[in-house]
Amino acid sequence: MTVAERDLELTGRPDEALPAHANGPDSFAWWGMVWLILTEAALFATLLVSYWYLRFRAGPTWPPDGIDKPELALPLVMSAILWSSSLPVHLADRAVRRGRQRGLRFGLLAGWILGATFLTLQFAVEYPQVLEEFTPRTNAYGSLFFTLTGLHGAHVLVGLGVSAWVQVRAWRGAFDERRHVSVQNFTMYWHFVDVVWLFVLSTIYLAPHV
Amino acid sequence: MVSYAERLEAVWHEGTGLAGFVGTVDHKRIGLRYLYTGFVFFVIAGIEAGLLRMQLAAPDLEVLSPQAYNELFSMHGVTMMFLFATPVLSGFGNYFVPLMIGARDMAFPRLNAFGYWVFLAAGVFLNSAFLAGQAPDAGWFNYLPLANAEFTPSLAIDFYALSLIFLGVSTTAGAINFLVTILKLRAPGMTLNRIPIFVWGEVAFALTVVFALPALTVAAVLLELERKFGFHFYDIAGGGDPVLWQHLFWFFGHPEVYLIVLPALGLVSAIIPTFSRRPMIGYTYIVLAELAIFVISFGVWVHHMFAVGLPTIAMGFISAASFLVVVPSGTQIFAWLATMVSGRLVLSTAMWFVLGFLVLFVIGGLTGAMFSAVPFDQATTDSYFVVAHFHYVLVGGAVFPMFAGLYHWGPKMLGRRLDERLGKISFWLMFVGFNLTFFPMHVAGLLGQPRRTYTYHAGLGWELPNLLSTVGGAVFGIGILVTFVNWFRAKSRGAPAGDDPWGGETLEWATSSPPPEYNFETVPTIRSREPMWFQPELRGGAQSPEEGGRPLADGHATLSTTIGDAEPRAVVHMPHASPWPLFLTLAMTVAFTGVLFSSWGVAVVGAIASVAATMGWLWPRGETQET
Repeated sequence: MTVAERDLELTGRPDEALPAHANGPDSFAWWGMVWLILTEAALFATLLVSYWYLRFRAGPTWPPDGIDKPELALPLVMSAILWSSSLPVHLADRAVRRGRQRGLRFGLLAGWILGATFLTLQFAVEYPQVLEEFTPRTNAYGSLFFTLTGLHGAHVLVGLGVSAWVQVRAWRGAFDERRHVSVQNFTMYWHFVDVVWLFVLSTIYLAPHV
Repeated sequence: MVSYAERLEAVWHEGTGLAGFVGTVDHKRIGLRYLYTGFVFFVIAGIEAGLLRMQLAAPDLEVLSPQAYNELFSMHGVTMMFLFATPVLSGFGNYFVPLMIGARDMAFPRLNAFGYWVFLAAGVFLNSAFLAGQAPDAGWFNYLPLANAEFTPSLAIDFYALSLIFLGVSTTAGAINFLVTILKLRAPGMTLNRIPIFVWGEVAFALTVVFALPALTVAAVLLELERKFGFHFYDIAGGGDPVLWQHLFWFFGHPEVYLIVLPALGLVSAIIPTFSRRPMIGYTYIVLAELAIFVISFGVWVHHMFAVGLPTIAMGFISAASFLVVVPSGTQIFAWLATMVSGRLVLSTAMWFVLGFLVLFVIGGLTGAMFSAVPFDQATTDSYFVVAHFHYVLVGGAVFPMFAGLYHWGPKMLGRRLDERLGKISFWLMFVGFNLTFFPMHVAGLLGQPRRTYTYHAGLGWELPNLLSTVGGAVFGIGILVTFVNWFRAKSRGAPAGDDPWGGETLEWATSSPPPEYNFETVPTIRSREPMWFQPELRGGAQSPEEGGRPLADGHATLSTTIGDAEPRAVVHMPHASPWPLFLTLAMTVAFTGVLFSSWGVAVVGAIASVAATMGWLWPRGETQET
């Protein structure tokens, strides 16, 4: 096999060739995603701390102003849907590392459908119900509820957009066992959005019941 | 056979004309743009300060109206912190980090260009508030409830909050770019303990941005939600709390001070060994001290809030943490002194600025330690003593190192030497002028003069210190001007600099001045912490392949190496010039302008255009391996 067929590139040093494509921790993009996720985590952490700060300043009754404790059934169903979406995405990532195109394409598609279901339930079913009881303008509780869940929803939306982009490229055959850092990066981001939901769920929905 | 240089020139040249100007991704051109733009904002904020000093030169003057005074001190602070100090230090980092680590560009060249454009757009956005006649006037820390829609109904605060959110995009992108560049693009052999201290300073800076800046973004987003849509976060009546703003702002704000000072300290560490003619003493301790300051900076924010009325126990912890900052700061100062004392000191202009920095930074540090004591802080808070303190730390601790950097690295960037005699004149004018401006403020502060008050009456003992400050400000300004003249004079007719005018120890001196677009003919192999002193084959920027250099002359490429030991792992093809970062910036500017004027149609158009521009940017063109 020639150097090019083995996906290597000559460095100009005598008899030395290095991989011409980098994935995972060898690639720059992978580390870019790591740092993006860390700064995003700091963003969510700051917002969650702001929630707790205002909650503890508000006194013993939370939610205040006669608002009922949040409904749990729908958010728990939504959580199950969102978290289950991480599995097909994980399988898609594993498939592309072995060069399996079908696993990649259908894994991403299944993850996308589950994510879109979550988002539809949040915006089309949950929000209209909640808005009948309070709005972001009602009080700080309402503002925090919609800001935190809305920010998370926006991240799901961005994830769906990125997933669509990666899927189009996957169907066009852009990825194989040697080049797939975009799939890895999307996978990392998607898992992050799912992990953040754990904190949003505990803070917004579960904690008022404790 | 065609030389490496010719082959590299063919693939790395960006072309002249508009396409090259708009699309450039060369870290050196972008670095210079950061520097020039940052210094333009320095001049603007300096003029604002000059007007403030004229108003305060004598009692009961009416140079400025109270409203104009409020706008000018607010814009002076915001501009100096966000549009001058951070970008200029990013500019030095952009230009010199890839050179010092033997890379051919930053990890994400287009993101780098994007960062500059967003910085420029956000700076223009903020300053256009003057044209609208609604400049921010609630101080750089913009406390609530003064800044809410009830007490500041104009667009002033919206200009402030939106431009800081916008600018945060640039700063975050830049920080991530620095981190990945420094982790992954170091020349083979540049293990963690061979990274130049300046580069470590940029690491500490970038880490601080990644973890602290989100607090400012959250604070500003919540403020805009409250102002524009009637959400409740900071108003008591709606269940909010104005003190939340203070916590969020200072949780970012104190690290912000360190993220300005940390790269400046790194700059000092880049200059001292060169002009002491010996390796730095205590390299490991200096690096650990910089990282320790990054960590401690997250535990001290409440010392800006000692007068708010917080629980004593909280203030006790923060007070202790604030005292703790003295340890890593002192460690660095003693390491520098030891290096200088045990070396052969060369008193170049750059070194004079470093010595000036040492004096001013120690004075600022002493008053800083005084503020760590809660009772002293409560007695002097919001007085001119505070103003004196933070100008010693920020001007002494960051502006003097920046000027040292201009004289140290100017020859590398311009290819020509700055005039040393003019440089020393500039230094002494700045040093004397600075002290004349800010030392009397300690006195005025202890005599009770409050900051942010547009005038004062005679007979309080404040006349002399204020007059001295105003005179000193003029001297300081002239000193700065002398360096600007020196710079542009050198640019047109300075003596040729040569590759290595100072006999420096780090890699940037291996290549020509200014460096070619590809930086080095071969990506070198590093075997020393002071490669230029211990690897003579590096001179000329072309370590031969037999001695370890890698030309990578077949493409537009740099090396990816491991984080710890910098072992080569892959050849990475880098993106070429592109106008899309600018297009995305313009689209985002439209979106932010729409939000500013509550023109939601415009905002939505800008947002859609931003998505489209992002797709245009990422559209696969088969030239890089970023898939």
